Amino acid sequence: MAFIPHTDADVAAMLAVVGVPTVDALFDEIPERLKVADIPGVPPALSEMEVGRLMQERAAQDGRAAMFIGAGAYEHHIPAPVWAIATRGEFYSAYTPYQAEASQGTLQLIYEYQSMMCALTGMEVSNASLYDGASALAEACLMAVRANRTSESRRVLVPDSLNPVYLEVARAIGHHQNLEFETVEFDRDSGRTTLEALERYAGGGAAALVVQQPNFFGVLEEVHELTDWAHRNGVLLIAVVNPLSLALLEAPGAWGGRGGGRRGADIVCGEGQPLGVPLASGGPYFGFMTTRMQYVRQMPGRIVGRTVDSEGRPGFTLTLQAREQHIRRSKATSNICTNQGLAVTAATIHMTLLGAEGLARVAAACMRRTEELVRALTRHAGVRTAFSGSRFHEAVLLFDRPVAPLLAALARRGIAGGLDLARRYPDLGPALLVCATETKRTEDIEAYAAALGEVLGQAA
Amino acid sequence: MTTLPLREALIFDSSRPGRHAGTQFPPEDAADAAAAGAIPAHLRRSVPPLLPAVSELQAVRHFTRLSQLNFSIDTHVYPLGSCTMKYNPKACNAYAMLPEFLARHPLAPEETSQGFLACMVELQEMLAEITGMKGVSLTPMAGAQGEFAGVAMIRAYHRARGDLARDEVIVPQAAHGTNPATANMCGCVVREIPCDADGDVDLAALQAAAGPRTAAIMLTNPSTLGVFERRIEQVAAIVHGAGGLLYYDGANLNAILGKVRPGDMGFDVIHMNLHKTFATPHGGGGPGSGAVGVAARLLPFLPVPIAGRATGRLRWFDERDLPQSIGRLSGFMGNAGVNLRAYIYLRMLGRRGLGRVAGFATLNANYLMKRLAAAGYDPAYPARRASHEFIITLKRQNREFQVTAMDVAKRLLDYGFHAPTTYFPLLIPECLLIEPTETEAKEDLDLFCDAMIAILAEMRDEPDKLTQAPHTMPVRRLDDVRAAKVLDLAWKPAV
Repeated sequence: MAFIPHTDADVAAMLAVVGVPTVDALFDEIPERLKVADIPGVPPALSEMEVGRLMQERAAQDGRAAMFIGAGAYEHHIPAPVWAIATRGEFYSAYTPYQAEASQGTLQLIYEYQSMMCALTGMEVSNASLYDGASALAEACLMAVRANRTSESRRVLVPDSLNPVYLEVARAIGHHQNLEFETVEFDRDSGRTTLEALERYAGGGAAALVVQQPNFFGVLEEVHELTDWAHRNGVLLIAVVNPLSLALLEAPGAWGGRGGGRRGADIVCGEGQPLGVPLASGGPYFGFMTTRMQYVRQMPGRIVGRTVDSEGRPGFTLTLQAREQHIRRSKATSNICTNQGLAVTAATIHMTLLGAEGLARVAAACMRRTEELVRALTRHAGVRTAFSGSRFHEAVLLFDRPVAPLLAALARRGIAGGLDLARRYPDLGPALLVCATETKRTEDIEAYAAALGEVLGQAA
Repeated sequence: MTTLPLREALIFDSSRPGRHAGTQFPPEDAADAAAAGAIPAHLRRSVPPLLPAVSELQAVRHFTRLSQLNFSIDTHVYPLGSCTMKYNPKACNAYAMLPEFLARHPLAPEETSQGFLACMVELQEMLAEITGMKGVSLTPMAGAQGEFAGVAMIRAYHRARGDLARDEVIVPQAAHGTNPATANMCGCVVREIPCDADGDVDLAALQAAAGPRTAAIMLTNPSTLGVFERRIEQVAAIVHGAGGLLYYDGANLNAILGKVRPGDMGFDVIHMNLHKTFATPHGGGGPGSGAVGVAARLLPFLPVPIAGRATGRLRWFDERDLPQSIGRLSGFMGNAGVNLRAYIYLRMLGRRGLGRVAGFATLNANYLMKRLAAAGYDPAYPARRASHEFIITLKRQNREFQVTAMDVAKRLLDYGFHAPTTYFPLLIPECLLIEPTETEAKEDLDLFCDAMIAILAEMRDEPDKLTQAPHTMPVRRLDDVRAAKVLDLAWKPAV
């Protein structure tokens, strides 16, 4: 029997102890009329060999395209030790570390993770992770409204240059608690959020401002002036960042503060996937969140602290649990109980192996390959870049014809050519969001450019 | 006695400037550095982040050693009530991590997604069959998010009917903390109702609570008291009669798999914990996956995207197909890799295997309950059949020997067993909630009973062995009060 160890003799002995004649008799408290004999919709069992064949066929059916899509999930090299260790049974099949003495491995790893996320983001405290980047922003918005004691407003300002799905998720989760999301237009030339667009909310009109760096288009925002604007107006600054980019870009903890204002973002969150988590159809990834020490009690999610045991030796434990649902029930900061432990395990090993130097090298290689890609693709007539602002590792390209048929034709040539922005940004006209990471070589980029040339019906 | 290795220093202690795992870096290239140089100076990082600088072997050894400081299903029995710590088959991980699956971008075109979509569509269909629901969405990323989706759908349903006054969620006392927390997150007011002496919902209290403000009742069945709610049909009639809906918390779905279906009991919406019932790993605290299933009247409100069948192909259905959807809860399609593991598990289990899960999980629980009762422990509901879990209350031992449920839990670690769930449900004093799952063999259950019998003797003869436990772990009992007072949440370099 699949995964059930009982022999007939075991069953007989156990039934005798319980004092019932059959296993079915154990269900005698369930009304007979509710019981089902069978679940016909589930097919007969497959052996491991058979299920392996099926899965290999399914995987092969989808193949492996040359990947130029980013939009919040990025293809990177993942060192071999990362998942070899993360999938060790002692990590993979362990429970949430509520029994601290039997979970020191997971707890210490999370403490190290929290330390690394604080270092990357330049903030004082980190939680043990949330579900993903989009839901982390939703939690950050709820937290900001709770934490902002100077504003009565439940309004969160969200530039249009934020990943639009993040806004949809924040809305789907936040509107139940009467959060209002006000979108702020980006500048059509630079692709950035401008102070002018924010001015109408000056003077207490909002609880929080969200700034994504780099933004959804890959463009670098003027984070210092946006942070200072927020703090001048009693607005908390929520930074949404790609953690890989922080090897090169200023840490949110050091944003703003020009001219004597409060320095640093108030809450930092984002998608942890670029730190050692494979694309894998969208998950499991992990959301991260860091903040100032003064807001730690408003932060959702598990937190690990270092303490001492009864003999005074150091050890690790979940702490500040009075914020959480299993203690506070309906008064908890969030209903969340999960952290994405396994993905965090991978990310911690990944950050350790790459270090500050390695992450900076990867980030630089991504920037270089994206510039190369932009140059190669805009060689074609009718293809140009959309925005003048400096960028990290993504770019928006404008086309003289609809993008969808081009992408379909590229897909047939084994190229995942980018994300069509027609649905989310119809005003841009035909637009494509492209990304090249350190995994791309010049020949991969030239192959894309050549294929695009064929598809456009012109010589490259 | 079990012994785990001693502690491991922090990775930062091995860090030395100039040390690195260089083979993991992209090759040195001036063009890369030039590209990075294009970042405007004021946006460039001013101080590099203090991440470890270690060799590859140092990293591998450190994290391998950390893993050895953990209990896990692969190494220890985990009788953790309401958590269903069953075996996580290795094949599920191996085949979910085939290179093509790992390389697939969530926004990949449908033309190159048919293999993956086929797994998701079939998983949705199997889960709907198993739970007696009409439709399933796999997008919630954990149980609590599945709960959120469920309550949000219920609210959307009432609102769509113009039934605007329904803002109360009825929750029995024994419910998981996520239930009231979720209701609150959805902007609802929580009404707690008691259970009767046998552990069933107090119908009179339910009748009194149900009314024109009732949005829903949230129930776990079998409940967290480890017993099946025998009058579930009356509960459904009362709540539906008052115009409310029934929410099924799937935490204990393992107890009834293939025997009885929430849809047939009258539930309108269910969340499943794929990381419990469907054997995907807990991963030291996640990722989970909290698929939701709904009855016909809630279909329009399911969270998107949902994998589905279109003419001649499979595709994602989104808000354009379901304009009344409660929306998106994740950046992409939820924890797809977890869903893939659940799919593989279900295919290996098959139709017949499915029904055996609940049968043997229940046999193991009832066997343990009888043996522990015979040894001198007090089941909280001795007159009831255990579901796949049961509660022992140590109220008597606490009075006689001044030992607590926490002491027993910590002492069990010394005997090589992960502790059962302690102090939950909150209404049973000094309780242990024990769930052995179907994948444990009789010999291991007997060893667990032997340990519990030995601990009972220690309570009388050597209570210090309990109150000072654990003795064999990498650390002794930790100072939680200090942890919350003197906050040390991140390593900082010595100055």
